[in-house]
Amino acid sequence: MVEVFPMLMVESNVPKIESVKPYTPLELSGRDIYIREGCLACHSQMIRPFRSETERYGEYSKSGEFIYDRPFLWGSKRTGPDLHRVGEKYPDSWHYNHMLDPESMSPGSIMPTYPWLITNDLNNRYVPAKIKALRTLGTPYPEGFEDEAVADLQAQAAVVAASLRKDGIEQEGLENKEIIALIAYLQRLGTDIKPDPQAEN
Amino acid sequence: MATIEKFSYDNGIVKNFAYATILWGVVGMLVGLIAAFQLIIPELSFGWAPTTFGRIRPLHTNAAIFAFVGNGIYMGVYYSLQRLLKTRMYSDLLSKIHFWGWQAIIVAAALTIPLGLMGAHEYAELEWPIDIAIALVWIVFGWNMFATILKRRETHLYVAIWFYIATWITVTVLHVGNNLELPVSLFKSYPVFAGVQDALIQWWYGHNAVAFFLTTPYLGLMYYFLPKAANRPVYSYKLSIIHFWALIFIYIWAGPHHLLYTSLPDWAQSLGTVFSVMLIAPSWGGMLNGLLTLRGAWDRVRQDPILKFMVVAITAYGMATFEGPMLSIKSVNAISHYTDWTIGHVHIGTLGWNGFLTFGILYWLLPRIFATKLYSIKLANIHFWIGTLGILFYAVPLYVAGWTQALMWKQFTPDGFLQYGNFLETVTQILPMYTLRALGGTLYFAGVIVMVYNIIKTVKTGNLIKNEETSAPARVDHAPAAGEHWHRGIEKRPMQML
Repeated sequence: MVEVFPMLMVESNVPKIESVKPYTPLELSGRDIYIREGCLACHSQMIRPFRSETERYGEYSKSGEFIYDRPFLWGSKRTGPDLHRVGEKYPDSWHYNHMLDPESMSPGSIMPTYPWLITNDLNNRYVPAKIKALRTLGTPYPEGFEDEAVADLQAQAAVVAASLRKDGIEQEGLENKEIIALIAYLQRLGTDIKPDPQAEN
Repeated sequence: MATIEKFSYDNGIVKNFAYATILWGVVGMLVGLIAAFQLIIPELSFGWAPTTFGRIRPLHTNAAIFAFVGNGIYMGVYYSLQRLLKTRMYSDLLSKIHFWGWQAIIVAAALTIPLGLMGAHEYAELEWPIDIAIALVWIVFGWNMFATILKRRETHLYVAIWFYIATWITVTVLHVGNNLELPVSLFKSYPVFAGVQDALIQWWYGHNAVAFFLTTPYLGLMYYFLPKAANRPVYSYKLSIIHFWALIFIYIWAGPHHLLYTSLPDWAQSLGTVFSVMLIAPSWGGMLNGLLTLRGAWDRVRQDPILKFMVVAITAYGMATFEGPMLSIKSVNAISHYTDWTIGHVHIGTLGWNGFLTFGILYWLLPRIFATKLYSIKLANIHFWIGTLGILFYAVPLYVAGWTQALMWKQFTPDGFLQYGNFLETVTQILPMYTLRALGGTLYFAGVIVMVYNIIKTVKTGNLIKNEETSAPARVDHAPAAGEHWHRGIEKRPMQML
């Protein structure tokens, strides 16, 4: 109790980072697929501050990056690599092909295939309820955002689908598939604190 | 003089829980075996969502912990509590609700996890409606247990019962604390806390699920069934009380050792490490008390497979609780975390301590409530040996795999580049170890099948004594006599103990 309560009560224990923003509705849906598929059984999302890890994965993880993570997905086992900085590391089409058949991108991989993510339509029924629930818990989605959430989701899905089409992936109703949401989530991971390349110029 | 009262022990409920332990043990271990083979043959996920590793793994952990060990706890508690307190369980109806309620929860878990209707808190993946059902059934169990303690004929509360009480109280707090969540739909909810706070709560729960579901109740069982099986008194009753209080006080702080070098604040990590290292004392207090109970009976350990199972169980407990504090030291954890070392460590505890103690108890208890003898001592010995070999073949390759992978992750070339920059290289390198682990799991599982056969044969030769007639003097409460410790008076008055 003495151990747990300061973490919950004392705000300075979890420093906020200004550039860390809540997940978009599409990313949130992708995140819930990540949870549903039990990805954290094999993939961590927590880079420890060792040179061997920052060299392999990128900047080590900061507590302020996880303030909208309900639940946290740090994981406890790396049968596969850490994913906290996987965002923007590969093109969208890489993830599409990799989820369909991991060996097509990483020969020898022992990751299972996820063909149903390609064929299943994304269920958007609970998106407004999810936004509302998360706002109740403290995620700063604006009032009324739940009513625009599905439209927001579809707009972002169209962008991801277009990027897949550009790389030659043709599929009917591509923008409505679960894989789109998962890709959006994976591409977001760990990117909030990436320095903006233009800011340096 | 107290009057002698006649009453009966409820063996029917013990038999039910014993059968459930065996059934879910087989299921849980089979699912674990599938997971082990999926790591070397990914095609065994069948490209079908319910059978992919990501869903099979939580199914295995939940089945092994809450279905197999859970029913094992209840079997042992319902058998020993009645006899230690010289009374029948408070209510046969509550016993039945507890039994069928728990089995219904297991079935619900076995349906929802493969469907992906789960959260992401390890060992607490089940969604909120099932969480509520667990809380209700757990309360029924507590109600039944505490009411039984109230109507007891034996004034003294033996140490095993203290362990049961600590288990019940702590698991209640842990279960509620870690499952504070806001439902979105029938099978989706979000936890109240986020990020690093959620992580601390989860591992406070996660570690204490090990402590108060896999350890304290089983220590209670050890303190009852080991002296019974060995026919020797506990080596030191005083030690058992001291290590009980030390254990429950220290365990609750140890959770952050699962989060070393993460973005959890340093003060919490250090606190977790300090308490985890201290844990070796009360843990080994329990182990030594168990092993020393066999003083003067070691010749029987050579002949009696039940004692063999118990000795290996207690030894595995000792090894796992030496390893645990070691893995909680930050510099060791820097190597072990995220690797298969952790999986090896856990399975020494589960296959060795929980599994073998359960098997020992089953072999001891079932012939007794069926008024018969074990069908085959030889088969029990075979089970013991292939089970022990199975544990070795399971754990040793995983230790090697863990060390290998950790070293490869951290290896730099003289020029300062990662030597194994492609993560996949560090995976394919340890696949032979995964194969050996799957072999170990197969051996262990084969042993369990031998046990199932042996037990079916045993049960067929006997008849269940559903209600075992017995008698005991009625309870007489008395104030502490001159020269006794002041708290003896409280211990003799069950009302105040609650």
